[in-house]
Amino acid sequence: MTFEVPNLAPALPEIVLLTLTSFLLIADTVWSKRCAHCTYWATQITLLVVGWLIVSSFTTQTVVTFDGSFVRDTLADVLKLFIVATSIGIFLFSREYLLQQRSYHGEFFVLGLYGVLGMFVMVSAYNLITLYLGLEIMSLALYAMIAMQRDSQKASEAAMKYFVLGALATGMMLYGMSMLYGATGTLELPKIAQVIASGHADQAVLAFSLVFIVIGLAFKLGAVPFHMWVPDVYHGAPTAMTLYLASAPKIAAFAMLYRLLWDGLQLALPDWQGMLIILSVLSLIVGTVIAVVQTNLKRLLAYSGISHMGFVLMGVAAGDAEGFAAAMFYIIIYAITSVAAFGMIIALARMGHEFDEIEDFKGLNQRNPWLAAMMLFIMFSMAGIPPFIGFWVKLAVIEAAVNAGLLWLAIVAVITAVIGAFYYLRVVKVMYFDTVEESKPAEPITRELGFAVSVVSGLLLILGLFPSWILDLCYRSLGVTVVG
Amino acid sequence: MSTLHTILTVLLVAPLIGSIIAGLFGRQIGRKGAHSVTIAAVALSTVLAAWVFALFVIQGHEPYNASLYTWMISDGIKFEIGYLIDSLSATMMLVVTFVSLMVHIYTIGYMDHDADYPPENPYYQRFFSYISLFTFSMLSLVMANNFLQLFFGWEAVGLVSYLLIGFYMKRESAIQANLKAFLVNRVGDFGFVLGIAIVVMYFGTLDYQTFFNGLDAHKDDVIDFGWGPVSMITAATLLLFVGAMGKSAQMPLHVWLPESMEGPTPISALIHAATMVTAGIFMVARLSPAYELSEVALSVVLLVGAITAFMMGLLGIVQNDIKRVVAYSTLSQLGYMTAALGVSAYAAGMFHVITHAFFKALLFLAAGSVIIAMHHDQDIRNMGGLKKYMPITYWTMLIGSLALIGFPGFSGFFSKDSIIMATEASEQFGAGFAHLLLVAGVFVTAFYTFRMFFLVFHAPESEYVRTHDIHESPKVVTVPLILLSIPAVLVGWPMIGPILSGSYFADSIFVLPEHDVLREIYEHHFHGALNMVIHGLFTLPVWLSFAGVALAWYMYIKNPALPARVQQACPVCYRILENGYGFDRFNEIVFVNGSRKLGEFFWKVIDQTIIDGWMVNGTANLVAVAARNWRQLQTGYLYHYAFVMIFGTLILLLWALW
Repeated sequence: MTFEVPNLAPALPEIVLLTLTSFLLIADTVWSKRCAHCTYWATQITLLVVGWLIVSSFTTQTVVTFDGSFVRDTLADVLKLFIVATSIGIFLFSREYLLQQRSYHGEFFVLGLYGVLGMFVMVSAYNLITLYLGLEIMSLALYAMIAMQRDSQKASEAAMKYFVLGALATGMMLYGMSMLYGATGTLELPKIAQVIASGHADQAVLAFSLVFIVIGLAFKLGAVPFHMWVPDVYHGAPTAMTLYLASAPKIAAFAMLYRLLWDGLQLALPDWQGMLIILSVLSLIVGTVIAVVQTNLKRLLAYSGISHMGFVLMGVAAGDAEGFAAAMFYIIIYAITSVAAFGMIIALARMGHEFDEIEDFKGLNQRNPWLAAMMLFIMFSMAGIPPFIGFWVKLAVIEAAVNAGLLWLAIVAVITAVIGAFYYLRVVKVMYFDTVEESKPAEPITRELGFAVSVVSGLLLILGLFPSWILDLCYRSLGVTVVG
Repeated sequence: MSTLHTILTVLLVAPLIGSIIAGLFGRQIGRKGAHSVTIAAVALSTVLAAWVFALFVIQGHEPYNASLYTWMISDGIKFEIGYLIDSLSATMMLVVTFVSLMVHIYTIGYMDHDADYPPENPYYQRFFSYISLFTFSMLSLVMANNFLQLFFGWEAVGLVSYLLIGFYMKRESAIQANLKAFLVNRVGDFGFVLGIAIVVMYFGTLDYQTFFNGLDAHKDDVIDFGWGPVSMITAATLLLFVGAMGKSAQMPLHVWLPESMEGPTPISALIHAATMVTAGIFMVARLSPAYELSEVALSVVLLVGAITAFMMGLLGIVQNDIKRVVAYSTLSQLGYMTAALGVSAYAAGMFHVITHAFFKALLFLAAGSVIIAMHHDQDIRNMGGLKKYMPITYWTMLIGSLALIGFPGFSGFFSKDSIIMATEASEQFGAGFAHLLLVAGVFVTAFYTFRMFFLVFHAPESEYVRTHDIHESPKVVTVPLILLSIPAVLVGWPMIGPILSGSYFADSIFVLPEHDVLREIYEHHFHGALNMVIHGLFTLPVWLSFAGVALAWYMYIKNPALPARVQQACPVCYRILENGYGFDRFNEIVFVNGSRKLGEFFWKVIDQTIIDGWMVNGTANLVAVAARNWRQLQTGYLYHYAFVMIFGTLILLLWALW
């Protein structure tokens, strides 16, 4: 038996990331006393190095390696770049928050990097094992990170819920995957597609396995009815963690969705399309409606996140490459907007005062007009008001759904978007038209953080003025030719 | 990006940046900072516009058509921002930036003190921010290579006009006036948007060039509105012209312009005389290939223009507010320009736009100078004998007035005379009637212009003038006056030849050979500018204008009791003119009351009961109830959550395996 060395080049970013992170894990134990911020800076440098590696070897070809279990294509590169970019933002905000809360540990960053590694593996997975591996690398890091604030009851509860329900969902997903293996006799996604195309797959088993796979995906995205963990975890986890949870992993979850449903199960479209439509409608309606009565901003964002996932699923349910591109556009922008929104909460938080109640934003305009304007940007973008980018992503997804003949679904989405505008605008109303009884301070923790929030929020406007840029990128990475 | 492209972008964006700085950071940079930065920006644009003018008009560079960036693509229709630079837009760019620069400088003197605002209010900075924003908007309108950008500029200038008419926001009349301007322009813009919609529907493009290229293929298309087929081109051009009627204040959408005089005088000069109101003329000239294809549209344009020119001139006679006299003369001159478009003499119309921009800005700014001296009293009956107190204003105003009445040799003579000759030569339906109105209009113009001039400068000094300290305005006011009087006199001489021959706008205006009246005049009657001046002395229009001046002199200097007697002799005529033919009254009764009634119905019945009561509150209540109940599901218990997941799994399984 000969052992062939696989082509390592496509996985170079992952290899470098793993090496540097493992190095950091050990270095942090040495550094933690002498140089408290070294781990943070090393983390950011690691991300920059990885980002640079991807950019410098950016590919338009599809390269498969590790015996068909790992793929590198334009989609993978684009998604990884956005994961790196949002992660840089996440760590930037997290550091200040952790310092403020006196729970600054180097492990946070190391675990965060392992999470990024997991996402990378998910993005590039080309067989079921790799996919599962990536998912677990990411999830385990997330469980531990949520639980890191050991003395906080809320955080522990959130971690517990996430862990147990996550284990349940992962179990189902794994079950689905084993069924899929049973139906097709292979683990590699392209081969699965071939087997289905040849008609040798057992249809009943295939449909059965799809249900469980879709459930696993829905859990990661937080789609109704597999959403129950979302509000509790978003609310209970430290805000830095919520920020992490709500942004980069969503991009990775989209990758998983694409790899499984499009690369692997494209021909089973009639089987999964209906399920996704159900999930999409439920998420849109339930997420929007319950968000209406929330008083806590983190919970509000959790529920609105559920309805945003409804939009993403709507794009996917369109069942063509254009729909996937629209969904990808949506989820990337959602991740960026989440960084802005939770970043805003972090920037205003104080020790012992989270600044996450809608009440806290009362009269923000009087106290800090600049940040109020930035919050306005975020809320308008989430509500989908032009010219902010949030409008264009909704437009893209709705257009995809209409083109696919799902007119009624698009109408449901528009109606929920209108209802959704209520709670976003309420925040704006509270900021601009309510007055504060006592003048609480509302200064960002540090100048840099105020600046960072402004940059990310300003991005929502700037991207909105040049919306075709990212959309074009999405189209190209999914091989859609632009009309007109 | 080529150098030209960069220069155009800088030219366009510089006033916007100036505006943003003055507007957002006005308090920090102070008055001096605000006017320095905006004037510097507009001066830069003016210099670059002069360069562009030299390149395209004097050196005859090829038209430059390029897009700056694609904003979005929807359904295969591209929404772009781009430039179409040729002799037409290059000329307008220079006129706009030059007049704007003069007005910027003049404003330093005019807005210095203001009784309406406390000194700490940054109204001064705000004003500069607005006029720079206007310059940017007007430039983007003029430089556009597509309907979208045209519409953007169109609305943006409308917005700034609205803001500036209501600049004295504490005055009831100013707020009424800007509301009126806003509403009347809505009517025009509604037509305009519909016109653009027809273009998009039939041509599938917003781009000018693609639109022009498609004209041939679509020229026989018809639209059925339900009362029989109508030529698509006619419908589109007429609707677009409705937009032009609103913006360029043609009857019956003219009612907002006299009242726009509530705004500060520099604005009246820049926006409501020199530039914005000519946007409609510019648009029609820009779209000349389309208008050429519709005889009906051309005739409508011609008649609307000619009637406006004559009827609005008559109203100028009974005005006593110095700015309103000039405003009605603007209306009447806009009528001349529109009439020129109607006989396919687009070049003559644009020529009048250019000369008018200079002499009308001059007249307004001179009127403003008088107003400054009179401590913001605008009634010409309170003036008189100002000649000896303000010599610079006197001479510059005289130049402006002579240009306005078309005195041979002044710029207005060349442009107005070519319009009158064009209507005479044209065979367009209604051209004879229009010619008659325009010739009569010359007499009226001369009469009201010099009525104002004599009352302000030559009549015996009034009580007010004798008891107050009247003196010449500061340099920042007089220098722009002097600078503007140069083109007001001279600009006609070099331009008349190329305009008539058609070589000036050859690359941008399209005229069918059988419509080309200017060419005919050029070939048969034109023998050089000097010859035209000498020949002009023996033609009817010039004699009519002399007669108008003489009559004004007789009635207001020689025999001042006469006007009152005339008024008594025909009280009805006077009342009709005084009330502006009753347009305002009619609008008040029909549109204002009518829409109030309609609004009341929609408000009380449709909105409050049906929409608010049933639909909005109904939905809201439903959502609230659902939310209250559904949130109970979020119990916080882990096993409930797991149960929901399992339940969801079962449902999906059932659905999938059914």
